[in-house]
Amino acid sequence: MSTKIDARDLNVYFGDNHALQDVNIQIEENKVTAIIGPSGCGKSTFVRSINRMNDVVPVARTTGQIVVDGKNIFDKDVDVVDIRKRIGMVFQKPNPFPKSIYENIVFGPKIHGIRDKKKLGELVEHSLRRAALWDEIKDRMNDSAYGLSGGQQQRLCIARTMAVDPEIILFDEPCSALDPIATAKIEDLLEDLKKTYTVVIVTHNMQQAARVADKTAFFYLGKLIEYGDTKKLFENPEEELTEQYITGRMG
Amino acid sequence: MSTRKVFTEEMDDLDEQVTTMAHLASEAIRKAIKAFETLDTDLADEVDELENEIFCWDIKIEKHCMDIIALHAPVAGDLRTVSTCMKIITDLQRIGKYAHNIAGFSRELKDSGHFKRMVSIPHQGELVISMVEAAVNSYVNRDVEEARTLYDQDDEIDHLWNSILRETLTYMIEKPERTTVGTYYILVARYLERIADHSVNIGERVAYMVTGRRIKSRDWSQVCIDQDLE
Amino acid sequence: MSETSNRSARRRKEQILFMSFRVCGALVVIALIILLYYMFSGGIGLINWEFLTQFPKNGMKEGGIFPAIMGTFYLMIIVLCVAIPIGVFSAVYLVEYQPSRMFSKIWRIALHNLAGVPSVVYGLLGVGLFVYFLDFGLSLAAAGLTLSLLVMPLVIAASREAIQAVPDSIREASLALGATKWQTIRHHVLPYSISGIMTGVILSLSRAAGETAPILLTGAWFYMSTLPDSIFDKFMALPYHIYMMATQMADLETGRSIAYGTAVVLLLLILGMNMVAIFIRKKYREKYRW
Repeated sequence: MSTKIDARDLNVYFGDNHALQDVNIQIEENKVTAIIGPSGCGKSTFVRSINRMNDVVPVARTTGQIVVDGKNIFDKDVDVVDIRKRIGMVFQKPNPFPKSIYENIVFGPKIHGIRDKKKLGELVEHSLRRAALWDEIKDRMNDSAYGLSGGQQQRLCIARTMAVDPEIILFDEPCSALDPIATAKIEDLLEDLKKTYTVVIVTHNMQQAARVADKTAFFYLGKLIEYGDTKKLFENPEEELTEQYITGRMG
Repeated sequence: MSTRKVFTEEMDDLDEQVTTMAHLASEAIRKAIKAFETLDTDLADEVDELENEIFCWDIKIEKHCMDIIALHAPVAGDLRTVSTCMKIITDLQRIGKYAHNIAGFSRELKDSGHFKRMVSIPHQGELVISMVEAAVNSYVNRDVEEARTLYDQDDEIDHLWNSILRETLTYMIEKPERTTVGTYYILVARYLERIADHSVNIGERVAYMVTGRRIKSRDWSQVCIDQDLE
Repeated sequence: MSETSNRSARRRKEQILFMSFRVCGALVVIALIILLYYMFSGGIGLINWEFLTQFPKNGMKEGGIFPAIMGTFYLMIIVLCVAIPIGVFSAVYLVEYQPSRMFSKIWRIALHNLAGVPSVVYGLLGVGLFVYFLDFGLSLAAAGLTLSLLVMPLVIAASREAIQAVPDSIREASLALGATKWQTIRHHVLPYSISGIMTGVILSLSRAAGETAPILLTGAWFYMSTLPDSIFDKFMALPYHIYMMATQMADLETGRSIAYGTAVVLLLLILGMNMVAIFIRKKYREKYRW
């Protein structure tokens, strides 16, 4: 049980808005960690800090550290492109490129230098198999990604992320836009993914967190309130706030 | 008014139902002991009716708990409450059953009557009644301290059970014609001891419901130490 | 008022309004039809192979308008090479690299105002800046650059809109895979906005083809016996030719009919380019549909 991501005194500001306050948390390797909390509690902000997606927001300012494999990702000599290769992200609304399925998946590897057609082909098949999508679309590789259903598109996005061979995959409410069956397929996938990757998933659906996560963190108004084993958090939480939130008696 | 109105009402209903069943069990054992002591068969009939009611409550409440779990997915404190209710209704139902049995003996002994001032059974009966009431109160008031007192009382009941057994056996050997009555005394003492155990169980479940820790012995420490059970 | 009478009153009002909308729409179409009819009926008779490939002869009363066609063509090439790249990449810079708010604001105000400047004023600017200050003289270079200035706001505006139409979710997806900003622009933003940019480009070119005032002041000539030797040479052009033929000829009848003929050629050219714009837009829309 080693720590993969270590956030230390992490603070994020969007202009005057103090979105994340003094967050300290250790995310474990090869586990699924869920981040739950009400809207606006900072969970998306936290997760986006890990792969420095907040950098694209001009008014965002970050203090503190996030140490991954012994190196603080905010150090001056760190290449943000390398961070994002090692730490992938799947977004709330499936966002495949308006290109073919094949082209969607090879874009990542190509920009990181893989040119050999044969190797790319293998990579595509391997990623799609891992994302439990291969059988459904192996005959449609050159069709537009937009012809797929919502659930398939999201799995395509997952395959695309895996194709660049990351160590960590971040999921920002990946099932919000999907129906229950598509959701169930992706949840099954997460169980398999954690064997290879460290998974962090933001979800507003507590039942989902309870179903898929090994550890759960509860955020409220920008602060980390409680973090622990999922079973403990859902059966006997330490903090009153946590109990109020998960029993639905907040507000 | 907090959120989850329907769910909160369901949980309140459940609490009311369990409280009702608990009071019925309390009443049943009280009346049963009185019926046995005074050999009052009318009172024994009342106890039978109470036992029927208790039996129905067991089924009704169990169904209600299943409904809550299926529909509302309770977690944390709510989950512990529902699981506690499901377990203590079993204890309460057993108490009702034993009360029914004890009261039933009043019909058997109607003709032969009591002997030896019923050994210590009245004393044991009083203690058991107070234990059942303490267990019920600990649930109703969510009082963990009251639940804790049940252990000491249980010790006393165990002593009484042993002494009643020895005393009655001795008496039966001395006066073989009193064997039938003596046997009933032994059974009653045994049932009362079982009721005391069920009361302790209820206390332990209440402690779990309130604190989230499963305790198995009087110092609230855990006997089965395992990380998973933490 | 009762319910039914209220309802029928509302319906009548709606019908009257819709009728007036239809009339307005019809007026626009009618105006276009009148224009086309006028031009084509006046000039279509003149269009033949000779008209399109011959130099003017006999004091411009006979022959063709070949040099004017070529002049306009050369101008469009200059605009294509100058205004388009600068315009498109300015738009990319504005949208993707988002300079400070102050800068963007100033830029946007400048753009709006530039778009409203009358073309003759551009002509004056061209004279001062290109003809005299940079000493290009009356030339294709001066005129081409002047036209470039004129259409650049259009190119930037159209490109900017096309680029902004690409959803941010796609940029995010690309960045999250470890692409640099430029890689994201090159592989995703630009390809998906091509249709909008191309449309803007072609509309700008057709605008440039039709402008008279700027080229009037910076190098359009009414008669040349050969094609321009270099970009520093004077040139003939279709819009200027129309003006000349319609007003400067001794023989007004012939002049006017040649003007109509030239106008038809110019209209066909512009219409043709617009058709190409529509075609490209459609084709790329389908390729990258989202």
